[in-house]
Amino acid sequence: MTTDVLIEDLTVFVLAILLGFEVISRVPATLHTPLMSGTNSIHGIVLVGAIGLAATADDPLTGVLAFVAMAFAGANVVGGYWVTDRMLQMFKRRPTSTDKAVR
Amino acid sequence: MNASNIGHLVQLSFIAGAALFVIGLHLMNSPATARTGNRISATGMVIAIVAELVFVIQGGLGLGNCVLLIGGLAVGGGLGLRMARTVAMTSMPQLVSLFNAVGGAAAALLALNDFIALDGHRVLAGGVPGLDGWRTLFIVADVVIGSVTFTGSLIASAKLMGRIKGQPILIPGGRIFTWLLLVAGLSVSIVMVLAGAGVVTYDSHVLTLLLLAALACALIFGVTMVLPIGGADMPVVISLLNAFTGTAVAMAGFVVGNVVLIVGGALVGASGAILTRLMASAMNRSIANILVGGFGAAEGTQATLTSAGGTVREVSVDDAAIQLAYASKVVIVPGYGLAVAQAQHGVRELADLLEARGIDVSYAIHPVAGRMPGHMNVLLAEANVPYPQLKEMDEINPEFERTDVALVVGANDVTNPAARTDRSSPIFGMPILDVDKARSVIVVKRSMGRGYAGIDNALYVNPKTGMLFADAKRGLQELVAAVKAL
Repeated sequence: MTTDVLIEDLTVFVLAILLGFEVISRVPATLHTPLMSGTNSIHGIVLVGAIGLAATADDPLTGVLAFVAMAFAGANVVGGYWVTDRMLQMFKRRPTSTDKAVR
Repeated sequence: MNASNIGHLVQLSFIAGAALFVIGLHLMNSPATARTGNRISATGMVIAIVAELVFVIQGGLGLGNCVLLIGGLAVGGGLGLRMARTVAMTSMPQLVSLFNAVGGAAAALLALNDFIALDGHRVLAGGVPGLDGWRTLFIVADVVIGSVTFTGSLIASAKLMGRIKGQPILIPGGRIFTWLLLVAGLSVSIVMVLAGAGVVTYDSHVLTLLLLAALACALIFGVTMVLPIGGADMPVVISLLNAFTGTAVAMAGFVVGNVVLIVGGALVGASGAILTRLMASAMNRSIANILVGGFGAAEGTQATLTSAGGTVREVSVDDAAIQLAYASKVVIVPGYGLAVAQAQHGVRELADLLEARGIDVSYAIHPVAGRMPGHMNVLLAEANVPYPQLKEMDEINPEFERTDVALVVGANDVTNPAARTDRSSPIFGMPILDVDKARSVIVVKRSMGRGYAGIDNALYVNPKTGMLFADAKRGLQELVAAVKAL
Protein backbone atom coordinates (compact mmCIF):
# COMPACT_ATOMS: atom_id res chain seq x y z
CA MET A 1 0.00 0.00 0.00
CA THR A 2 1.67 3.24 -1.10
CA THR A 3 1.62 6.23 1.19
CA ASP A 4 -0.24 8.33 -1.39
CA VAL A 5 -3.08 5.84 -1.67
CA LEU A 6 -3.17 5.40 2.09
CA ILE A 7 -3.48 9.13 2.72
CA GLU A 8 -6.18 9.53 0.07
CA ASP A 9 -8.17 6.65 1.53
CA LEU A 10 -7.78 7.89 5.09
CA THR A 11 -8.95 11.36 4.03
CA VAL A 12 -12.07 9.92 2.46
CA PHE A 13 -12.66 7.71 5.52
CA VAL A 14 -12.43 10.52 8.05
CA LEU A 15 -14.59 12.90 6.01
CA ALA A 16 -17.23 10.21 5.46
CA ILE A 17 -17.41 9.53 9.20
CA LEU A 18 -17.91 13.23 9.96
CA LEU A 19 -20.50 13.46 7.19
CA GLY A 20 -22.28 10.43 8.66
CA PHE A 21 -22.50 12.04 12.10
CA GLU A 22 -23.73 15.30 10.60
CA VAL A 23 -26.38 13.89 8.28
CA ILE A 24 -27.75 11.34 10.69
CA SER A 25 -27.85 13.08 14.04
CA ARG A 26 -30.88 15.08 12.85
CA VAL A 27 -33.19 12.12 12.25
CA PRO A 28 -36.24 12.02 14.59
CA ALA A 29 -36.77 8.96 16.82
CA THR A 30 -39.85 8.00 14.78
CA LEU A 31 -37.58 7.06 11.90
CA HIS A 32 -34.85 5.31 13.84
CA THR A 33 -35.98 1.82 12.88
CA PRO A 34 -36.25 2.59 9.14
CA LEU A 35 -32.94 4.45 9.43
CA MET A 36 -31.24 1.48 11.02
CA SER A 37 -32.64 -0.69 8.26
CA GLY A 38 -31.63 1.85 5.60
CA THR A 39 -28.04 2.17 6.80
CA ASN A 40 -28.07 -1.60 7.11
CA SER A 41 -28.67 -1.86 3.36
CA ILE A 42 -25.91 0.66 2.64
CA HIS A 43 -23.29 -1.63 4.14
CA GLY A 44 -24.38 -4.04 1.44
CA ILE A 45 -21.98 -1.99 -0.72
CA VAL A 46 -19.55 -4.72 0.27
CA LEU A 47 -21.13 -6.47 -2.73
CA VAL A 48 -18.94 -4.32 -4.98
CA GLY A 49 -15.90 -5.82 -3.30
CA ALA A 50 -17.40 -9.31 -3.56
CA ILE A 51 -17.89 -8.84 -7.33
CA GLY A 52 -14.21 -7.95 -7.66
CA LEU A 53 -13.37 -11.08 -5.72
CA ALA A 54 -15.66 -13.35 -7.75
CA ALA A 55 -14.19 -11.99 -10.98
CA THR A 56 -10.62 -12.85 -10.00
CA ALA A 57 -11.09 -16.10 -8.06
CA ASP A 58 -8.92 -18.75 -9.74
CA ASP A 59 -8.75 -21.68 -7.33
CA PRO A 60 -11.36 -23.69 -5.40
CA LEU A 61 -10.67 -22.01 -2.04
CA THR A 62 -11.05 -18.43 -3.26
CA GLY A 63 -13.97 -19.62 -5.41
CA VAL A 64 -15.85 -20.77 -2.33
CA LEU A 65 -14.95 -17.58 -0.44
CA ALA A 66 -16.15 -15.51 -3.41
CA PHE A 67 -19.41 -17.40 -3.75
CA VAL A 68 -20.27 -17.07 -0.07
CA ALA A 69 -19.29 -13.38 -0.09
CA MET A 70 -21.46 -12.75 -3.18
CA ALA A 71 -24.45 -14.54 -1.67
CA PHE A 72 -24.13 -12.83 1.73
CA ALA A 73 -23.63 -9.36 0.30
CA GLY A 74 -26.40 -9.92 -2.27
CA ALA A 75 -28.86 -10.86 0.49
CA ASN A 76 -27.79 -7.77 2.42
CA VAL A 77 -28.40 -5.41 -0.51
CA VAL A 78 -31.61 -6.82 -1.98
CA GLY A 79 -33.27 -7.73 1.32
CA GLY A 80 -32.16 -4.55 3.06
CA TYR A 81 -33.53 -2.10 0.52
CA TRP A 82 -36.71 -4.06 -0.06
CA VAL A 83 -37.67 -4.30 3.59
CA THR A 84 -36.83 -0.63 4.24
CA ASP A 85 -39.08 0.37 1.38
CA ARG A 86 -41.85 -1.88 2.73
CA MET A 87 -41.58 -0.17 6.07
CA LEU A 88 -41.48 3.37 4.73
CA GLN A 89 -44.40 2.80 2.41
CA MET A 90 -46.55 2.52 5.53
CA PHE A 91 -45.33 5.86 6.77
CA LYS A 92 -46.10 7.48 3.48
CA ARG A 93 -49.76 6.57 3.34
CA ARG A 94 -51.45 9.68 4.70
CA PRO A 95 -53.67 8.40 7.46
CA THR A 96 -57.39 8.68 6.87
CA SER A 97 -58.48 9.54 10.39
CA THR A 98 -56.61 12.87 10.48
CA ASP A 99 -59.50 14.10 8.34
CA LYS A 100 -61.60 13.95 11.45
CA ALA A 101 -59.66 16.88 12.85
CA VAL A 102 -61.47 18.97 10.26
CA ARG A 103 -64.91 17.99 11.52
CA MET B 1 -13.50 3.59 -25.51
CA ASN B 2 -10.25 2.29 -24.10
CA ALA B 3 -9.75 0.49 -20.82
CA SER B 4 -8.36 3.48 -18.96
CA ASN B 5 -11.37 5.61 -19.92
CA ILE B 6 -13.70 2.92 -18.66
CA GLY B 7 -11.67 2.78 -15.45
CA HIS B 8 -12.21 6.51 -14.92
CA LEU B 9 -15.92 6.23 -15.66
CA VAL B 10 -16.22 3.45 -13.12
CA GLN B 11 -14.47 5.62 -10.53
CA LEU B 12 -16.83 8.50 -11.30
CA SER B 13 -19.80 6.19 -10.94
CA PHE B 14 -18.52 5.18 -7.49
CA ILE B 15 -18.39 8.84 -6.49
CA ALA B 16 -21.95 9.29 -7.77
CA GLY B 17 -23.07 6.24 -5.79
CA ALA B 18 -21.45 7.53 -2.60
CA ALA B 19 -23.06 10.96 -3.10
CA LEU B 20 -26.49 9.36 -3.53
CA PHE B 21 -26.00 7.45 -0.24
CA VAL B 22 -25.45 10.72 1.57
CA ILE B 23 -28.39 12.46 -0.12
CA GLY B 24 -30.62 9.46 0.53
CA LEU B 25 -29.73 9.37 4.21
CA HIS B 26 -30.34 13.08 4.46
CA LEU B 27 -33.86 12.67 3.03
CA MET B 28 -34.58 10.05 5.68
CA ASN B 29 -34.83 12.99 8.10
CA SER B 30 -38.59 13.26 7.78
CA PRO B 31 -41.39 10.75 7.26
CA ALA B 32 -42.58 12.58 4.15
CA THR B 33 -39.33 12.19 2.22
CA ALA B 34 -37.96 9.03 3.83
CA ARG B 35 -39.16 6.64 1.15
CA THR B 36 -37.67 8.76 -1.62
CA GLY B 37 -34.48 8.89 0.39
CA ASN B 38 -34.26 5.13 0.58
CA ARG B 39 -34.88 4.84 -3.16
CA ILE B 40 -32.17 7.39 -3.93
CA SER B 41 -29.79 5.41 -1.77
CA ALA B 42 -30.83 2.24 -3.64
CA THR B 43 -30.16 4.01 -6.93
CA GLY B 44 -26.66 4.84 -5.71
CA MET B 45 -26.20 1.18 -4.87
CA VAL B 46 -27.35 0.03 -8.33
CA ILE B 47 -25.01 2.53 -10.02
CA ALA B 48 -22.03 1.33 -7.99
CA ILE B 49 -22.82 -2.35 -8.63
CA VAL B 50 -23.36 -1.88 -12.37
CA ALA B 51 -20.13 0.12 -12.62
CA GLU B 52 -18.18 -2.65 -10.92
CA LEU B 53 -19.81 -5.26 -13.16
CA VAL B 54 -18.84 -3.26 -16.26
CA PHE B 55 -15.32 -2.97 -14.93
CA VAL B 56 -14.85 -6.70 -14.36
CA ILE B 57 -16.58 -7.67 -17.62
CA GLN B 58 -14.38 -5.42 -19.77
CA GLY B 59 -11.38 -6.94 -17.99
CA GLY B 60 -12.45 -10.33 -19.32
CA LEU B 61 -14.28 -13.01 -17.35
CA GLY B 62 -13.77 -16.77 -17.29
CA LEU B 63 -16.79 -19.06 -17.37
CA GLY B 64 -16.20 -20.14 -13.77
CA ASN B 65 -16.12 -16.53 -12.60
CA CYS B 66 -19.38 -15.80 -14.44
CA VAL B 67 -20.99 -18.73 -12.63
CA LEU B 68 -19.69 -17.43 -9.30
CA LEU B 69 -21.04 -13.94 -9.99
CA ILE B 70 -24.46 -14.91 -11.26
CA GLY B 71 -24.92 -17.91 -8.98
CA GLY B 72 -23.86 -16.10 -5.81
CA LEU B 73 -26.00 -13.08 -6.56
CA ALA B 74 -29.05 -15.19 -7.49
CA VAL B 75 -28.85 -17.34 -4.36
CA GLY B 76 -28.16 -14.46 -1.96
CA GLY B 77 -30.43 -11.92 -3.62
CA GLY B 78 -33.25 -14.45 -3.88
CA LEU B 79 -33.04 -15.43 -0.22
CA GLY B 80 -32.77 -11.78 0.85
CA LEU B 81 -35.77 -10.82 -1.23
CA ARG B 82 -37.85 -13.69 0.12
CA MET B 83 -37.07 -12.79 3.71
CA ALA B 84 -37.74 -9.10 3.10
CA ARG B 85 -41.12 -9.79 1.51
CA THR B 86 -42.38 -12.26 4.07
CA VAL B 87 -41.03 -10.93 7.36
CA ALA B 88 -43.63 -9.66 9.81
CA MET B 89 -43.05 -6.09 10.91
CA THR B 90 -42.72 -7.35 14.47
CA SER B 91 -39.71 -9.40 13.39
CA MET B 92 -37.83 -6.47 11.84
CA PRO B 93 -35.08 -6.34 14.46
CA GLN B 94 -34.00 -9.93 13.92
CA LEU B 95 -33.95 -9.43 10.14
CA VAL B 96 -31.76 -6.34 10.51
CA SER B 97 -29.53 -8.42 12.75
CA LEU B 98 -29.35 -11.16 10.15
CA PHE B 99 -28.34 -8.66 7.45
CA ASN B 100 -25.67 -7.35 9.83
CA ALA B 101 -24.36 -10.89 10.17
CA VAL B 102 -24.07 -11.54 6.43
CA GLY B 103 -22.69 -8.06 5.69
CA GLY B 104 -20.00 -8.45 8.34
CA ALA B 105 -19.13 -11.94 7.14
CA ALA B 106 -18.84 -10.80 3.51
CA ALA B 107 -16.46 -8.02 4.59
CA ALA B 108 -14.33 -10.46 6.59
CA LEU B 109 -14.20 -12.84 3.61
CA LEU B 110 -12.80 -10.06 1.39
CA ALA B 111 -9.88 -9.56 3.77
CA LEU B 112 -9.30 -13.29 4.19
CA ASN B 113 -9.13 -13.68 0.45
CA ASP B 114 -6.74 -10.76 0.15
CA PHE B 115 -4.45 -12.37 2.69
CA ILE B 116 -4.55 -15.70 0.86
CA ALA B 117 -3.78 -13.98 -2.46
CA LEU B 118 -0.74 -12.25 -1.00
CA ASP B 119 0.42 -15.42 0.67
CA GLY B 120 0.39 -17.17 -2.68
CA HIS B 121 3.41 -15.13 -3.72
CA ARG B 122 5.30 -15.71 -0.55
CA VAL B 123 9.07 -15.95 -0.62
CA LEU B 124 10.95 -18.58 1.32
CA ALA B 125 13.01 -15.96 3.12
CA GLY B 126 10.01 -15.42 5.36
CA GLY B 127 7.48 -12.65 5.60
CA VAL B 128 4.86 -11.87 3.02
CA PRO B 129 5.73 -9.28 0.40
CA GLY B 130 3.18 -6.54 0.00
CA LEU B 131 1.93 -7.06 3.52
CA ASP B 132 3.07 -3.80 5.05
CA GLY B 133 1.97 -2.56 8.45
CA TRP B 134 -1.04 -0.50 7.34
CA ARG B 135 -2.34 -3.17 5.01
CA THR B 136 -2.02 -5.79 7.75
CA LEU B 137 -3.84 -3.49 10.13
CA PHE B 138 -6.79 -3.16 7.74
CA ILE B 139 -6.86 -6.89 6.97
CA VAL B 140 -6.77 -7.90 10.63
CA ALA B 141 -9.29 -5.24 11.67
CA ASP B 142 -11.65 -6.32 8.89
CA VAL B 143 -11.39 -10.02 9.76
CA VAL B 144 -11.78 -9.44 13.50
CA ILE B 145 -14.62 -6.90 13.39
CA GLY B 146 -16.45 -8.75 10.63
CA SER B 147 -16.27 -12.05 12.49
CA VAL B 148 -17.42 -10.62 15.82
CA THR B 149 -20.35 -9.06 13.97
CA PHE B 150 -21.17 -12.32 12.23
CA THR B 151 -21.52 -14.56 15.27
CA GLY B 152 -22.73 -11.76 17.56
CA SER B 153 -25.54 -10.85 15.16
CA LEU B 154 -26.57 -14.47 14.69
CA ILE B 155 -26.87 -14.87 18.47
CA ALA B 156 -28.78 -11.56 18.79
CA SER B 157 -31.14 -12.66 16.04
CA ALA B 158 -31.65 -16.10 17.58
CA LYS B 159 -32.41 -14.50 20.93
CA LEU B 160 -35.07 -12.25 19.43
CA MET B 161 -36.59 -15.14 17.48
CA GLY B 162 -36.80 -17.10 20.72
CA ARG B 163 -34.48 -19.83 19.42
CA ILE B 164 -32.24 -19.02 22.36
CA LYS B 165 -33.84 -17.80 25.55
CA GLY B 166 -33.93 -14.04 25.87
CA GLN B 167 -32.84 -13.93 29.49
CA PRO B 168 -29.17 -13.32 30.12
CA ILE B 169 -27.31 -16.60 29.81
CA LEU B 170 -24.49 -16.78 32.30
CA ILE B 171 -21.85 -19.46 32.18
CA PRO B 172 -19.65 -19.72 35.28
CA GLY B 173 -16.35 -18.08 34.43
CA GLY B 174 -17.85 -16.90 31.16
CA ARG B 175 -16.98 -13.29 31.71
CA ILE B 176 -13.32 -14.07 32.40
CA PHE B 177 -13.26 -16.26 29.29
CA THR B 178 -14.66 -13.36 27.22
CA TRP B 179 -11.99 -11.02 28.54
CA LEU B 180 -9.29 -13.59 27.83
CA LEU B 181 -10.55 -13.94 24.27
CA LEU B 182 -10.48 -10.17 23.85
CA VAL B 183 -6.93 -9.92 25.17
CA ALA B 184 -5.76 -12.90 23.11
CA GLY B 185 -7.40 -11.62 19.91
CA LEU B 186 -5.94 -8.14 20.35
CA SER B 187 -2.47 -9.46 21.16
CA VAL B 188 -2.41 -11.67 18.09
CA SER B 189 -3.64 -8.75 15.97
CA ILE B 190 -0.92 -6.45 17.29
CA VAL B 191 1.78 -9.06 16.64
CA MET B 192 0.49 -9.43 13.08
CA VAL B 193 0.55 -5.69 12.44
CA LEU B 194 4.11 -5.51 13.81
CA ALA B 195 5.10 -8.37 11.53
CA GLY B 196 3.49 -6.61 8.58
CA ALA B 197 5.41 -3.44 9.41
CA GLY B 198 8.63 -5.43 9.48
CA VAL B 199 9.32 -4.85 13.18
CA VAL B 200 9.33 -8.58 13.79
CA THR B 201 9.83 -11.29 11.19
CA TYR B 202 7.73 -14.40 10.89
CA ASP B 203 7.44 -17.11 8.32
CA SER B 204 4.28 -16.74 6.26
CA HIS B 205 2.95 -20.02 7.70
CA VAL B 206 3.14 -18.50 11.16
CA LEU B 207 1.35 -15.39 9.90
CA THR B 208 -1.42 -17.55 8.48
CA LEU B 209 -1.77 -19.36 11.77
CA LEU B 210 -1.87 -16.03 13.62
CA LEU B 211 -4.64 -14.76 11.38
CA LEU B 212 -6.63 -17.95 11.91
CA ALA B 213 -6.14 -17.57 15.66
CA ALA B 214 -7.44 -13.99 15.53
CA LEU B 215 -10.38 -15.21 13.42
CA ALA B 216 -11.22 -17.96 15.92
CA CYS B 217 -10.98 -15.59 18.91
CA ALA B 218 -13.27 -13.10 17.15
CA LEU B 219 -15.89 -15.69 16.20
CA ILE B 220 -16.08 -17.08 19.75
CA PHE B 221 -15.92 -13.59 21.25
CA GLY B 222 -19.02 -12.61 19.25
CA VAL B 223 -20.94 -15.45 20.88
CA THR B 224 -19.73 -14.93 24.43
CA MET B 225 -20.21 -11.17 24.18
CA VAL B 226 -23.91 -11.33 23.22
CA LEU B 227 -25.07 -14.44 25.14
CA PRO B 228 -25.03 -12.82 28.59
CA ILE B 229 -26.95 -9.75 27.42
CA GLY B 230 -30.69 -9.70 28.16
CA GLY B 231 -33.34 -9.35 25.49
CA ALA B 232 -34.29 -5.85 26.66
CA ASP B 233 -30.86 -4.60 25.69
CA MET B 234 -30.82 -6.38 22.34
CA PRO B 235 -31.80 -3.29 20.25
CA VAL B 236 -28.75 -1.47 21.54
CA VAL B 237 -26.60 -4.48 20.72
CA ILE B 238 -28.02 -4.77 17.20
CA SER B 239 -27.40 -1.10 16.61
CA LEU B 240 -23.84 -1.49 17.86
CA LEU B 241 -23.33 -4.48 15.57
CA ASN B 242 -24.73 -2.41 12.68
CA ALA B 243 -21.96 0.12 13.36
CA PHE B 244 -19.46 -2.75 13.53
CA THR B 245 -20.54 -4.04 10.12
CA GLY B 246 -20.14 -0.57 8.66
CA THR B 247 -16.64 -0.33 10.11
CA ALA B 248 -15.72 -3.79 8.80
CA VAL B 249 -16.93 -2.79 5.32
CA ALA B 250 -14.85 0.42 5.47
CA MET B 251 -11.82 -1.69 6.43
CA ALA B 252 -12.58 -3.98 3.48
CA GLY B 253 -12.59 -0.83 1.32
CA PHE B 254 -9.01 -0.07 2.42
CA VAL B 255 -7.97 -3.67 1.77
CA VAL B 256 -9.36 -3.95 -1.76
CA GLY B 257 -8.67 -0.28 -2.50
CA ASN B 258 -12.22 0.79 -3.22
CA VAL B 259 -13.38 4.25 -2.18
CA VAL B 260 -17.11 3.56 -2.35
CA LEU B 261 -16.74 0.78 0.24
CA ILE B 262 -14.85 3.19 2.49
CA VAL B 263 -17.54 5.88 2.19
CA GLY B 264 -20.50 3.52 2.60
CA GLY B 265 -18.90 1.70 5.51
CA ALA B 266 -17.89 4.90 7.29
CA LEU B 267 -21.39 6.39 6.90
CA VAL B 268 -22.93 3.29 8.49
CA GLY B 269 -20.26 3.16 11.19
CA ALA B 270 -20.98 6.78 12.15
CA SER B 271 -24.77 6.44 12.06
CA GLY B 272 -24.71 3.18 13.98
CA ALA B 273 -22.57 4.76 16.68
CA ILE B 274 -25.01 7.65 17.05
CA LEU B 275 -28.08 5.43 17.14
CA THR B 276 -26.44 3.19 19.71
CA ARG B 277 -25.72 6.14 21.96
CA LEU B 278 -29.25 7.52 21.55
CA MET B 279 -30.80 4.17 22.42
CA ALA B 280 -28.56 3.57 25.39
CA SER B 281 -29.30 7.03 26.77
CA ALA B 282 -33.05 6.45 26.31
CA MET B 283 -32.62 3.55 28.70
CA ASN B 284 -30.28 5.54 30.92
CA ARG B 285 -27.55 2.97 30.53
CA SER B 286 -24.04 3.29 29.26
CA ILE B 287 -22.98 1.09 26.38
CA ALA B 288 -20.19 -0.34 28.54
CA ASN B 289 -22.76 -1.18 31.21
CA ILE B 290 -24.88 -3.06 28.68
CA LEU B 291 -21.94 -5.00 27.30
CA VAL B 292 -20.75 -5.98 30.75
CA GLY B 293 -24.04 -7.62 31.57
CA GLY B 294 -27.73 -7.46 30.95
CA PHE B 295 -30.63 -6.78 33.26
CA GLY B 296 -30.76 -9.23 36.14
CA ALA B 297 -27.29 -10.42 35.29
CA ALA B 298 -25.84 -8.56 38.24
CA GLU B 299 -26.88 -10.88 41.03
CA GLY B 300 -28.33 -9.47 44.22
CA THR B 301 -29.91 -6.39 42.65
CA GLN B 302 -33.27 -8.07 42.08
CA ALA B 303 -35.97 -5.62 43.12
CA THR B 304 -37.37 -6.03 46.58
CA LEU B 305 -40.94 -5.59 45.36
CA THR B 306 -42.86 -8.77 44.66
CA SER B 307 -46.33 -9.45 43.34
CA ALA B 308 -47.38 -9.91 46.94
CA GLY B 309 -46.38 -6.31 47.67
CA GLY B 310 -49.94 -5.04 47.19
CA THR B 311 -53.34 -6.07 46.00
CA VAL B 312 -54.20 -6.25 42.36
CA ARG B 313 -57.56 -4.87 41.29
CA GLU B 314 -59.14 -6.64 38.37
CA VAL B 315 -61.48 -4.76 36.09
CA SER B 316 -64.12 -6.25 33.77
CA VAL B 317 -64.36 -5.43 30.08
CA ASP B 318 -67.65 -3.56 30.55
CA ASP B 319 -66.32 -1.42 33.38
CA ALA B 320 -63.20 -0.60 31.38
CA ALA B 321 -65.36 0.32 28.37
CA ILE B 322 -67.47 2.71 30.45
CA GLN B 323 -64.37 4.31 31.93
CA LEU B 324 -62.97 4.88 28.45
CA ALA B 325 -66.20 6.02 26.82
CA TYR B 326 -66.89 8.71 29.42
CA ALA B 327 -63.37 10.07 29.57
CA SER B 328 -62.43 13.28 27.83
CA LYS B 329 -58.75 12.49 27.38
CA VAL B 330 -57.34 9.02 26.79
CA VAL B 331 -53.68 8.14 26.29
CA ILE B 332 -52.87 4.74 24.84
CA VAL B 333 -49.52 3.25 25.85
CA PRO B 334 -48.63 0.47 23.42
CA GLY B 335 -45.80 -1.95 24.04
CA TYR B 336 -44.24 -4.95 22.41
CA GLY B 337 -47.00 -7.23 23.75
CA LEU B 338 -49.40 -5.37 21.47
CA ALA B 339 -47.26 -6.11 18.47
CA VAL B 340 -46.77 -9.76 19.36
CA ALA B 341 -50.53 -10.21 19.64
CA GLN B 342 -50.96 -8.39 16.27
CA ALA B 343 -53.34 -6.03 18.04
CA GLN B 344 -52.30 -2.80 16.25
CA HIS B 345 -55.47 -2.82 14.19
CA GLY B 346 -57.66 -3.44 17.24
CA VAL B 347 -56.11 -0.54 19.07
CA ARG B 348 -56.75 1.77 16.14
CA GLU B 349 -60.36 0.64 15.90
CA LEU B 350 -60.86 1.42 19.57
CA ALA B 351 -59.15 4.80 19.17
CA ASP B 352 -61.41 5.64 16.20
CA LEU B 353 -64.52 4.76 18.21
CA LEU B 354 -63.40 6.93 21.12
CA GLU B 355 -62.53 9.80 18.79
CA ALA B 356 -65.97 9.55 17.23
CA ARG B 357 -67.34 10.18 20.73
CA GLY B 358 -65.32 13.40 20.85
CA ILE B 359 -62.61 12.02 23.11
CA ASP B 360 -59.09 13.30 22.74
CA VAL B 361 -56.94 10.22 21.96
CA SER B 362 -53.20 10.07 21.63
CA TYR B 363 -50.48 7.44 21.82
CA ALA B 364 -47.52 7.61 24.17
CA ILE B 365 -44.47 6.13 22.51
CA HIS B 366 -41.51 5.30 24.69
CA PRO B 367 -38.20 5.67 22.79
CA VAL B 368 -37.52 1.96 23.15
CA ALA B 369 -41.10 0.71 22.82
CA GLY B 370 -41.14 -2.40 20.69
CA ARG B 371 -37.77 -3.90 20.10
CA MET B 372 -35.94 -1.02 18.47
CA PRO B 373 -36.25 2.76 18.69
CA GLY B 374 -39.05 3.78 16.40
CA HIS B 375 -40.22 0.18 16.06
CA MET B 376 -43.60 0.96 17.64
CA ASN B 377 -44.07 3.83 15.19
CA VAL B 378 -43.60 1.39 12.32
CA LEU B 379 -46.06 -1.08 13.81
CA LEU B 380 -48.71 1.59 14.37
CA ALA B 381 -48.10 3.07 10.92
CA GLU B 382 -48.81 -0.40 9.58
CA ALA B 383 -52.24 -0.16 11.23
CA ASN B 384 -52.79 3.27 9.66
CA VAL B 385 -52.53 5.23 12.87
CA PRO B 386 -51.90 8.86 11.91
CA TYR B 387 -48.39 9.77 12.97
CA PRO B 388 -49.30 13.19 14.41
CA GLN B 389 -51.19 11.25 17.13
CA LEU B 390 -48.00 9.50 18.19
CA LYS B 391 -46.47 11.49 21.03
CA GLU B 392 -42.93 10.97 22.18
CA MET B 393 -42.10 10.55 25.83
CA ASP B 394 -41.00 14.11 26.62
CA GLU B 395 -44.06 15.51 24.90
CA ILE B 396 -46.64 13.24 26.54
CA ASN B 397 -45.32 12.98 30.11
CA PRO B 398 -46.60 16.41 31.23
CA GLU B 399 -50.02 15.50 29.79
CA PHE B 400 -50.61 12.43 31.96
CA GLU B 401 -51.81 14.60 34.89
CA ARG B 402 -54.65 15.84 32.67
CA THR B 403 -55.40 12.36 31.36
CA ASP B 404 -58.56 10.58 32.50
CA VAL B 405 -57.60 7.12 31.41
CA ALA B 406 -54.21 5.74 30.45
CA LEU B 407 -54.70 2.48 28.57
CA VAL B 408 -51.56 0.35 28.75
CA VAL B 409 -51.52 -2.44 26.17
CA GLY B 410 -48.65 -4.89 26.32
CA ALA B 411 -46.16 -2.42 27.79
CA ASN B 412 -44.47 -3.20 31.05
CA ASP B 413 -40.99 -2.04 32.02
CA VAL B 414 -41.36 1.38 30.37
CA THR B 415 -44.26 2.17 32.72
CA ASN B 416 -42.65 0.91 35.95
CA PRO B 417 -42.55 3.75 38.51
CA ALA B 418 -39.76 1.89 40.29
CA ALA B 419 -37.46 3.44 37.69
CA ARG B 420 -38.19 6.82 39.34
CA THR B 421 -38.42 5.84 42.97
CA ASP B 422 -36.70 2.58 43.84
CA ARG B 423 -32.94 2.93 43.97
CA SER B 424 -32.46 -0.82 44.34
CA SER B 425 -34.33 -1.56 41.11
CA PRO B 426 -32.18 -2.65 38.17
CA ILE B 427 -34.05 -0.20 35.97
CA PHE B 428 -33.66 2.75 38.37
CA GLY B 429 -32.99 5.91 36.40
CA MET B 430 -34.42 4.66 33.12
CA PRO B 431 -36.73 7.34 31.72
CA ILE B 432 -40.29 6.01 31.81
CA LEU B 433 -43.76 7.09 30.76
CA ASP B 434 -45.43 8.62 33.84
CA VAL B 435 -48.54 6.50 33.43
CA ASP B 436 -49.13 6.39 37.19
CA LYS B 437 -49.83 10.16 37.14
CA ALA B 438 -52.99 9.69 35.08
CA ARG B 439 -56.33 9.86 36.97
CA SER B 440 -56.91 6.18 36.26
CA VAL B 441 -55.04 3.40 34.52
CA ILE B 442 -56.25 0.32 32.68
CA VAL B 443 -53.66 -2.34 31.93
CA VAL B 444 -54.47 -4.97 29.31
CA LYS B 445 -52.16 -7.87 30.04
CA ARG B 446 -52.27 -11.63 29.82
CA SER B 447 -51.05 -12.35 33.33
CA MET B 448 -49.06 -10.87 36.16
CA GLY B 449 -45.94 -12.12 34.37
CA ARG B 450 -42.84 -9.99 34.37
CA GLY B 451 -41.56 -7.93 31.48
CA TYR B 452 -38.28 -8.27 29.64
CA ALA B 453 -36.29 -6.86 32.51
CA GLY B 454 -37.65 -9.68 34.68
CA ILE B 455 -38.84 -7.45 37.50
CA ASP B 456 -42.22 -6.69 39.04
CA ASN B 457 -44.15 -3.57 38.14
CA ALA B 458 -45.40 -1.38 41.00
CA LEU B 459 -47.95 0.15 38.64
CA TYR B 460 -50.06 -3.02 38.78
CA VAL B 461 -50.66 -2.74 42.51
CA ASN B 462 -51.44 0.99 42.38
CA PRO B 463 -55.02 1.58 43.67
CA LYS B 464 -55.76 3.67 40.54
CA THR B 465 -54.95 0.74 38.29
CA GLY B 466 -57.43 -1.78 36.97
CA MET B 467 -56.04 -4.93 35.42
CA LEU B 468 -57.86 -6.35 32.40
CA PHE B 469 -56.45 -9.84 32.05
CA ALA B 470 -56.63 -10.82 28.39
CA ASP B 471 -54.54 -11.35 25.32
CA ALA B 472 -54.01 -7.89 23.80
CA LYS B 473 -55.87 -8.67 20.60
CA ARG B 474 -58.88 -10.37 22.17
CA GLY B 475 -59.01 -7.83 25.01
CA LEU B 476 -59.17 -4.95 22.53
CA GLN B 477 -61.80 -6.66 20.40
CA GLU B 478 -63.95 -7.11 23.49
CA LEU B 479 -63.39 -3.48 24.49
CA VAL B 480 -64.41 -2.34 20.99
CA ALA B 481 -67.57 -4.42 21.16
CA ALA B 482 -68.37 -3.13 24.65
CA VAL B 483 -67.84 0.52 23.68
CA LYS B 484 -70.04 0.04 20.61
CA ALA B 485 -72.79 -1.40 22.78
CA LEU B 486 -72.86 1.65 25.05
